[in-house]
Parts: sequence; structure tokens; C-alpha cells
Amino acid sequence: MTMQIADSAPLSAPDARARARAAAARNNLRTEPKAVRIAIITLAVLFLSVFVVLPLVLVFAQAFSKGILAYFAALAEPEALAAIKLTLVVAAISVSLNLVFGLVAAWAIAKFEFTGKTFLITLIDLPFSVSPVISGLVFVLLFGAQGYFGGWLRDHDIQILFAVPGIALATTFVTFPFVARALIPLMQEQGTQEEEAAISLGASGLQTFFRVTLPNIKWGVLYGVLLCNARAMGEFGAVSVVSGHIRGETNTMPLLVEILYNEYQFVAAFAIASLLAMLALLTLIAKTILERHLDEGYDVNDH
Amino acid sequence: MGAIAARRRTLPGFGLTMGLTLTWLSVIILIPLAGLLLKSTELSLDQFWAIVSSRRTLNALRVSFGLAFAAACVNLVMGSIVVWALVRYRFPGRRIFDAIVDVPFALPTAVAGVALTSLFAEKGWLGAPLAALGIKVAFTPVGIFVAMIFIGIPFVVRTVQPVLQDIDAEIEEAAGSLGASRWQTIIRVILPSLAPALLTGLALAFARAVGEYGSVIFIAGNLPNVSEIAPLLIVIRLSEFRYADATAIAVVMLVVSFVIIFAVNRLQRWAQDRVPVR
Repeated sequence: MTMQIADSAPLSAPDARARARAAAARNNLRTEPKAVRIAIITLAVLFLSVFVVLPLVLVFAQAFSKGILAYFAALAEPEALAAIKLTLVVAAISVSLNLVFGLVAAWAIAKFEFTGKTFLITLIDLPFSVSPVISGLVFVLLFGAQGYFGGWLRDHDIQILFAVPGIALATTFVTFPFVARALIPLMQEQGTQEEEAAISLGASGLQTFFRVTLPNIKWGVLYGVLLCNARAMGEFGAVSVVSGHIRGETNTMPLLVEILYNEYQFVAAFAIASLLAMLALLTLIAKTILERHLDEGYDVNDH
Repeated sequence: MGAIAARRRTLPGFGLTMGLTLTWLSVIILIPLAGLLLKSTELSLDQFWAIVSSRRTLNALRVSFGLAFAAACVNLVMGSIVVWALVRYRFPGRRIFDAIVDVPFALPTAVAGVALTSLFAEKGWLGAPLAALGIKVAFTPVGIFVAMIFIGIPFVVRTVQPVLQDIDAEIEEAAGSLGASRWQTIIRVILPSLAPALLTGLALAFARAVGEYGSVIFIAGNLPNVSEIAPLLIVIRLSEFRYADATAIAVVMLVVSFVIIFAVNRLQRWAQDRVPVR
């Protein structure tokens, strides 16, 4: 972005030296004295270490504080296994719902022009700015005993709250924007030319989508699914409000962390927490790799 | 939204995908949120006011909003320092620290909550030395503040980072060669171009911290009127089956979120309008 003298055309030695000196002088205009640089780097590193690195290290240190056997024994508890299974089921449901929604919404929003587009995107983004507790509360008000549909549900013996459907709904609410938000800018950037060509050559709409659009956006889809999944598995506030905390039945992994921690079962709590922390770290690594793939897809001139 | 008209009609599927999008959006997001607002209209204005202005609610709102704002300000300052170090300097581990900034986004809030609590508890790695200095963090409002700083870290960094990367080197060089001191260049040239991004980051960090639940409740101590956050009070009212109270508090928080979204949208439009011509 700044200076690229190194790989310019071969220069005679004095010329190169003069250039280097000029570059150094220009560089000096864009940086601070060494002491200031060191102070800023130290502050930044210290801040991130205290607030981010230490808590992460602590999770693993606590989880293994009684040895590796205690760690695996904690994870093999039936309660832990039930929570892991429920978390996987709920994440599978909400990620697939939001994947389909994200693809459909991105097609409508990115490939067509219509009034109110910005407003529609704002509505899709809403769950990002709503407190997780409120995201759970809205479903209690709809389906709870005193809720709008509470009576009807009881009469028909349908359990939504304090059961898997309620947890899946609240999780879907919270993770709603992820896939759509990953795809809309990507598909807008890619335009409609390739799809129009396919259609004019006689491809059906679905063929065009699966053979032309999908291959172009596959990294974006993966990116959205990845972030959506991380949030779905880790959601706490919304799920906590609708779950009812029935042990072995409606506890997801984050809820079990809370229960075990409050019962002073620290090794067990941090063992489950370490699984979630590993999920977060793997998600970040995969995200970094995907971002590289996504950047390659863009025009080099506009980053 | 009524006048939805597809201008480009060459591609198929607009009606179907738009219909599905609006339906699904309504079912999952809009109807549940509307249900909350509708529920609050069952309260008379006096009842609503009585709930919101009760001592415990007011204190919970004060704790949530006050500490969230303080934490967002810390994030603004520390986030700027982190961004500056990551974008402008080269140091060992820079890429790892860059990646680590996203951890508060990715780490489940309950995990962050128990980890921060153990870290800052009286016998914790940081809590013990702090306690020796007479500073109590865990189970006090300071703990809430710490947790809110944690979850706000990525917002300022990630909104400012791309803008700082894109600042034209020549403007800075011009300022410098025309005799501005480095400090003057930063304050008069760089800071104004970062201002929209900084304010957006501040607003996003604030919005996130106000609604935060998972990472806060473990470390908060949850003493009514002192260290009880508004989201927790909603949960408590729900468990007492006082749905009206829960709804009223939620509406107040929701309205504030909407105001913040609106402000952020304005800020981004402002930022777009002032993109320098290249």
C-alpha cells in the first residue's frame, strides 16, 4: 500500500541509495518516536493479554487442574453427554434453518433492485442489537402459560417452552442474521451477469442457482455457517430464559457450565467450558482461512 | 415496503424468494418482537411508569447503562491503541494478537463469565494480587465493568481497523512535510477521518454491553440495587411470573437499542459521504 521501491526496475547504486533515503524520510513522517512505539505496543499487548489471553488459558488450566482422567471423567458424565447432544441437535436445526433463509434472502436482496432494501437489511440485523434475554423473553410471551398461544398449546398438548422446539426457536432468532449477512455483500459484488448468461442460454432458475451462483459463493456460505454455528452452540442468555433448566433434558452445554459452576464443580464446569472454548478457537482459525479465500475472490484493486 | 418492484426482471425467483424472506422474517423476528410491544400496551401508562421508575428497576437500568457506557469508553481508548499497534507497527506475535481480538465474539458468553470470575475472584490469578492492593473486582460493580470491557473489545478494533488501513499515506506525508508535528498530524488529520468509525465502534460496544447477560452475571454478585443488571432483573421477574414487569423493562431496553441502531446508521451514512476521492 505504501512503498514498493524494492521491486521496481533495477537502479544504479547511488540512485537506489537516494531513493532509500527519501523513503526513510517519508516513513519518518508517518511514524512516532521509538519510545512511543514501544509504549503503544506494550499497552496493546498487555491489554489483550489480561482481558483475552488469560481468561482463555485459565479455562484450560482449570479443566485439567485435577489431571486428564478427571477431565475425561467429567465429560463422560451422562448429564454432560446429554448437554453435548442437545447442543448439537439445536445447532443443527437453527443452522440449517438460517442457511436456507440466508440463501433465499440473499438472492432476493442481492440480485434485484427494489425500494426499502436498506430497511429490510436493518430488520434482518435486528437480533444483533437485541439483548439475548429479550430474545428469549419474546418466546415466553408467545408460548408461555400466560402467553398469546399458551392456552391453545396446552389444549393441544404441544410443548414448545422448556423443550427442544423453544430452545431451537430462541437460538434461530439469535443467529438469524449470520448467513444472510455473509452472503448479501458477496453476491452484490458478483452482480448478475453470469446468472443472466445462464438463463439466456436456457438454464432454469434452480439450475442457474446451483450450477452458477452456489459455486461462486461457496466460501461465503461456509463463512456464514461457521459463525452461525459458533453462536448457536454458545448461546446462553436466550436459551437460559426458554429452557427451564431441566437436568439431562433441556440443558445445553453453556447452561450446564452455569449449573456446574454454581455447584462448585469447577473441574466439570471448566471441562465443558474447554470444549466450547476449543470450538471458539477452531472457529477463529477456520474464519481466518476462509477470509483469505474470500479476499482472493475479490478484485485485487479494491480491498 | 409496499412498493416492491423488481427493476431487473431478467432473473427468475424474485417473487418467491422475497415472499419467503418476508414470511420467515415475520415468523422468527417481527411477530415475536411485536408480541413484546403488544404485551406492553396491556399496561396503562401509569402502571408502566410505576414499574420503570421503581427503585430496583431504576438502579438496574443505571448499572447496565452507566457501566456499559464506561466500558465502551475504555474500549474506545484501548481499542484505538490496539488498532494503532496492529496496523502501524510490526512486532513479534502481531498476527496472533490480531486474531485474538475476535475471541470475545467467538467465545460463548457463559465461558467468558466463569473464566473472568475465576480470574478476578479473591484467590484468582489476578484477583489475589488486586486484593492485596485492596481492590475487589469479582462480585462488585467493578466486575460487571471488567466483563463489559471484555465483550466490547472487538467492536472498536474491527470498525476502525479497515479505515485506518485505508487512510491515504500522502495526506499524512503532506501534513508532515508542511511542518505539522506528528501529534498535530494525528489530531488534525488522522483523527477526523477516523471519527465516524470510532463513534460507530463506541455505539456498537455500548449496545452490546447494555444487553449483555452471560459474561456478566457470574462476576456481578447480583446484589439488588448495587450490582444487578437490567437483563438479570428481567430474568428474575420472569421467574416470579411478573410478566408485566419483565415486559416493561424489556421495552425500555429495546427502545434504546433501536435508537442506537438508528444512530449507527446515521454515522455510517456520514462516513460514506466523507470518503475522500482517490
